[in-house]
Amino acid sequence: MAIRQCAIYGKGGIGKSTTTQNLVAGLAELGKKIMIVGCDPKADSTRLILHSKAQSTIMQMAADAGSVEDLELEDVLKTGYAGIRCVESGGPEPGVGCAGRGVITAINFLEEEGAYEEDLDFVFYDVLGDVVCGGFAMPIRQNKAQEIYIVVSGEMMAMYAANNICKGIVKYASSGSVRLAGLICNSRNTDREDELIEALARRLGTQMIHFVPRHNDVQRAEIRRMTVIEYNPKCIQADEYRSLSQKIIDNKNLVVPTPLTMDELEDLLLEFGILEEEDESIIGRTAEQERMIAIQPSA
Amino acid sequence: MSALTQEEAKGLIQEVLELYPEAARNDRAQHLAVNEPGGEESGSCIVSNRKSLPGVMTARGCAYAGSKGVVWGPIKDMIHISHGPVGCGQYSRAGRRNYYVGFTGVNTFGTMNFTSDFQEKDIVFGGDKKLARMIDEIDGLFPLNKGVTVQSECPVGLIGDDIESVARKSSESLGKPVVPVRCEGFRGVSQSLGHHIANDTIRDWILDKEAKVEGGPYDVAIIGDYNIGGDAWSSRILLEEMGLRVVSQWSGDGTLAELRRCSSVKLNLLHCYRSMNYISRHMEAKYGIPWMEYNFFGPSKIAKSLRAIAAHFDDTIKEGAERVIAKYEPMIQAIIGKYRPRLEGKRVMLYVGGLRPRHVVGAYEDLGMEVVGTGYEFAHNDDYDRTMKVVNEATLIYDDVTAVEMERFAERIRPDLIGAGIKEKYVFQKMGIPFRQMHSWDYSGPYHGYDGFAIFARDMDMAVNSPVWSQLKPPWK
Repeated sequence: MAIRQCAIYGKGGIGKSTTTQNLVAGLAELGKKIMIVGCDPKADSTRLILHSKAQSTIMQMAADAGSVEDLELEDVLKTGYAGIRCVESGGPEPGVGCAGRGVITAINFLEEEGAYEEDLDFVFYDVLGDVVCGGFAMPIRQNKAQEIYIVVSGEMMAMYAANNICKGIVKYASSGSVRLAGLICNSRNTDREDELIEALARRLGTQMIHFVPRHNDVQRAEIRRMTVIEYNPKCIQADEYRSLSQKIIDNKNLVVPTPLTMDELEDLLLEFGILEEEDESIIGRTAEQERMIAIQPSA
Repeated sequence: MSALTQEEAKGLIQEVLELYPEAARNDRAQHLAVNEPGGEESGSCIVSNRKSLPGVMTARGCAYAGSKGVVWGPIKDMIHISHGPVGCGQYSRAGRRNYYVGFTGVNTFGTMNFTSDFQEKDIVFGGDKKLARMIDEIDGLFPLNKGVTVQSECPVGLIGDDIESVARKSSESLGKPVVPVRCEGFRGVSQSLGHHIANDTIRDWILDKEAKVEGGPYDVAIIGDYNIGGDAWSSRILLEEMGLRVVSQWSGDGTLAELRRCSSVKLNLLHCYRSMNYISRHMEAKYGIPWMEYNFFGPSKIAKSLRAIAAHFDDTIKEGAERVIAKYEPMIQAIIGKYRPRLEGKRVMLYVGGLRPRHVVGAYEDLGMEVVGTGYEFAHNDDYDRTMKVVNEATLIYDDVTAVEMERFAERIRPDLIGAGIKEKYVFQKMGIPFRQMHSWDYSGPYHGYDGFAIFARDMDMAVNSPVWSQLKPPWK
C-alpha cells in the first residue's frame, strides 16, 4: 500500500509538535509504521517520541561532516517509542541563514537516501508555524505530502493563520495532488470554540476532524518528554488522541480548500463575538480631540 | 555618405518591431530611435535603464558585475571577495583585461579569484562566520594586502548575511579597510546599479573616512579609466607631459592609497561618466573638487580634451597642452596618412557599454569612417543626451538592443564593421561582417591616447581589410 504522507501546519505555538507526536503515538499503537520529519529549525518535533532534548539534525550533521553528501541515512534516522522513525531537518539559529533551504536540502536528502522506500504506512511532516517562504512549502510540493492537517484554536490569530495556509494549499493543489484533509482543533477553552471551528471548517470546504480538549496530562507527559499515550495510556486524553488517530486512518475527505477573504473571515469572527464591530469614527483622532468631544459632544 | 535616410531608418525600426508580439513591440519601440537633427534632449525619443524583456536576448550584466567586475575589481592592492557560490567569481575572473603593475599574489591581486565558495550549509546557517574567518585567513596568507572588499552575490541578499557588521569588526581587528558591498545581482536592471552601489561604498567606507590632505597645484585624478589593455597608461603620459601630476588613477591599475588621495586633487578627470559620475559629483559637493568629462579616443577628441583640461589651469599647463598636441602631430599624420585611405567611407555599427558608444565616434571619424548605428547596454538618458550631439543625423540609436534587432539592423545596413562584445562577435563574423570587440579591444589595446590611436587604427584596418572577407563566397557559386 502506498505511503500516506501528511503535513501538519498551523500558527506558531498552537501545539503542532505536541499534537503530531501524540496522534502518531496513537497510530503506532494501532500497528502503523510511521516516520516523523521535523521541518523546523527548533528541532522539537520528535522529542516526545525519542525522550530526548533535541535530536541531532540533518543540517547540523551535514555542516559538521562537510556536506549533506557525507551523511548516511542511519546517521540521521532515530527510532523511538513503538518503532516510530524520527528525523529532524534542522536549520540555523534565529536571524541568520536560510531555514527554508534547510528543509529543502533535508527532504531531498531523505528522498535520495531512500527513507521513503522503507515499509511505511505514514509520513508526518511537522512544519514551522508560518509558511514564510518556498522552503516551508517543500512538504506540500509534488510527490510529498498529499494530506494537510491544520492545527487551529478558537483564537483569532490561529484562524487567520489557518486561512492563510489554505491559500498556500490552493496554490499547490492546482499543480499537484496536495489536498486539505481537515482542521484539528487544539482547544484553548475559548467560547463556543467547537462551533466556531466547525463553522470555519465548513467555510473552508473541509471538516473539523477532531476537537482535542485541553488537559493537564498533556503537560505532565510533555515535561517527561513523553506522549500522553506512553505516559498515561489509561487517561481520557490518551483516548482523545486515539480517536484522532482512528479518524485520520479513516479520513477520505480530501478537498481543495476555499479560503475566505479578509472580510468574510472578519464577519465570521464578528458572528462569534471574537471581533468587535470596528468604530471607524475614532480613526486618526488624537487624545486632545477626544477630550474636546467629551466636553462638547455636539462639536 | 549616410547609410540610411531619416525615413529609411525609421522604416527599418518599424520593420524590426513587427517581429514582436504586441506587448513586446510597445516596450521595445521606446528603446529604438533615429537621431534627429538638432536633437539635444534624448528623453523625448528614447527610454533607457529599464528592465529587459523576458524572452529576448540581452547582453546586459548584473549589479555584481558592475561592482566587482568594473568599479572595485581593478583596485589592485585590495582583495575582493566574491561572497557567495563559486561561479560568479570564477567566471568573471580576470576577464576584463584591467592591466596592472605588481607581483600578483604578493602585493597585487587583480587576476586572482577570492570566493567564500558557498555550500548548502552556508546558505542554511548563514555565511557571515565563514566570511569573518576568511578575511582573517586572507590577511595571514597575503599580508601585503591593503584592505578587503566583500562583493555580495545573490544568495547573500536572500539569507540576510550581516556583512556590514563582519566588515566593521574585521576592519577594526586588522587595522585595514574592509568594505561591504551590497551588489547582489538581482538588484536593478543591469550592471549600472552595481556601479552606483560601488561608488557609494567608496564614498562611505573610504573617502569620507579620510581627512582631506593638501595637494599640489597641478594634481589631478583620472577616474573611470579601467586600464583595459593599458588605456590609462597611454592616457596619463599625456597629462604628465603637459605638466599635470596624476596622483590618483582609478580604478584601472589603481590602489587604495590613490582612492584616499583623491580628495586632495584640483580637478577630477572623468572618462567613464556612467560608472563613476556618482563619486565625482560627491567629491564636488563635499570637497569642492570640480570634475570634467574628457575623451581620449582619436586625435581630434584628444586635442579638444587636452585643451579643455588645460583651461582649468594656468598658462604653464595651457602651453603644455599645445606642446603635447604639436609633439604628436607628425605621428598622427603618419597614422592617418597610412590608414585613412584604406578606411575612408566605411560604415560602423557599435553596441557597447558605458562610454564607448559615443566616445569612439570621433576616433572613427578621424579615420574617415562613419558611425551609422550605436547603442548602450545599460545607459541612462544623460548618456543618450551626450550621444545625440556626437552622432550624425539618421544614426540609428538602440538601447539594450536585443539579439534579433541587432541582427536585422546589420542585415539591412550591411555595415563595413561592427564593434560590440564577445556575445555578438561570431554571429556577425559568420554573416560576413568584419568585427572588433570593443569591450576587451579583442585582446589588443590600448586604444586611449595617441599611442592607443595607432593601435586602434591598425586594428580597424586589420578587421575591415582582412583578405578573408573576399573568400566568403565558395568558388563554385
